[in-house]
Amino acid sequence: MPRTPPERSAETALLRHVIPAGEPYMLEVAAGQTLRVVDLEGNQAVDTLFYSASNPRERYDPQRTLRRQNRVYLTIGSVLYSNLGNPLLTIVADTCGRHDTLGGACAQESNAVRYSPGKRYMHSCRDNFLCACLHDGRLGKRDIGANINFFMNVPVTPEGGLTFEDGLSAPGKYVELRAETDVIVLISNCPQLNNPCNGWNPTPAELLVWN
Amino acid sequence: MTTEDLALEAALYEETLPGGGHTSFILKRGQLLRITDVEGGANVSVMLLNAQQPSERLNLPDTLKGQHTFRLTTGHCLYSDMGRVLAAIVSDSCGWHDSVGGVLNSDEVRAKYGTGRYQELRNAYHRNGVDNLLVEMGKWNLGLQDLLMVLNLFSKVTVDAEGVFHFVPGNSNADDHVSLYAPMDTLVVLTALQHPMDPHPQYAPRPVKLAWSGVRSDGISTACRTSRPENARAFHNTERFYL
Repeated sequence: MPRTPPERSAETALLRHVIPAGEPYMLEVAAGQTLRVVDLEGNQAVDTLFYSASNPRERYDPQRTLRRQNRVYLTIGSVLYSNLGNPLLTIVADTCGRHDTLGGACAQESNAVRYSPGKRYMHSCRDNFLCACLHDGRLGKRDIGANINFFMNVPVTPEGGLTFEDGLSAPGKYVELRAETDVIVLISNCPQLNNPCNGWNPTPAELLVWN
Repeated sequence: MTTEDLALEAALYEETLPGGGHTSFILKRGQLLRITDVEGGANVSVMLLNAQQPSERLNLPDTLKGQHTFRLTTGHCLYSDMGRVLAAIVSDSCGWHDSVGGVLNSDEVRAKYGTGRYQELRNAYHRNGVDNLLVEMGKWNLGLQDLLMVLNLFSKVTVDAEGVFHFVPGNSNADDHVSLYAPMDTLVVLTALQHPMDPHPQYAPRPVKLAWSGVRSDGISTACRTSRPENARAFHNTERFYL
């Protein structure tokens, strides 16, 4: 169930940044700091990857994270583990209640497969990831694994089906993560227009960081 | 008669991979790899990469969402992140292969099965999937960055209405098998170890038989090409790679 933590005041945040629809953003969050991701207008998938700032080869590991919590969705209490088995971040607040771990990120190549060859030249999350990684210089294509989709709803059925559903999110819903170590956060504010993951209308998302 | 029965296949080679073993090889375009559970209860953790350009790798999220499935079986394709088919599951007697369990590292194996060092156990020592796959990838000059979400063949993990995982024992019995057809040159990296969620308390990985054949007719992939329109487009992308 979604739970609301003690309110943090936006005025005391160290950083406030609005990511326009469809754009990438990279930031660092230090151990002990809290990152809030806000779905400003509702039903916006925020595709996110995490890396250890001290060793960018150490990254968010979806299979270990899911295995250790024995659940497929992320919510409050979920610990995001790395490929070396270390906790990177913990979800400490979540007013949405469910975040996707299996849908991955859209890409030119996967859009061409999923929809039609003509969709290849639409903007995509993995192009955003690559652009941000290559400008930063510490990360490259090989570092891009399966990501988290905050605010996205991809239910798995007991029979083994998987569907993209309208989001459970709504304007102003947010998730907060406490960094357990210094992390690089790589975000693509998803530009997908071919399925309901963004409510058919990509919108901005806001980031806030507190000490 | 299935399309696989009709296909003209030339047997190329056969090998038994002992439980705990790891290996890697290029499954060439047009070849078929059949993996058989020798004793029952096997699990094989697999990573696939484009042999020519290994930054292109198995992408399980793309695989699952592209085919609207969590369960992988006959008729499904294993997609790369570049929209191509690294391998197609052309036959499968189990009905379910797992995408979420991943592999354990050395600490996790020790926590689950206790200490099992080479010094005392020699080659029966407790191996782990992370190290086994990393070592094989190292042989191709690959590394930690290339170890992504892996497929666990022969294992079944379901998700209930609350999102909780359930490992289903008995998904694979002796002589159960799965066949992977490669429409491109695919680097296959695999290890035969227990599934991480398998509740069996002892370290007891099972062997599998690997059998390679050359397929003379591509009718074998028809079921995978036609099972979904996405797969037809992914095969198209794969063929474009060889223009």
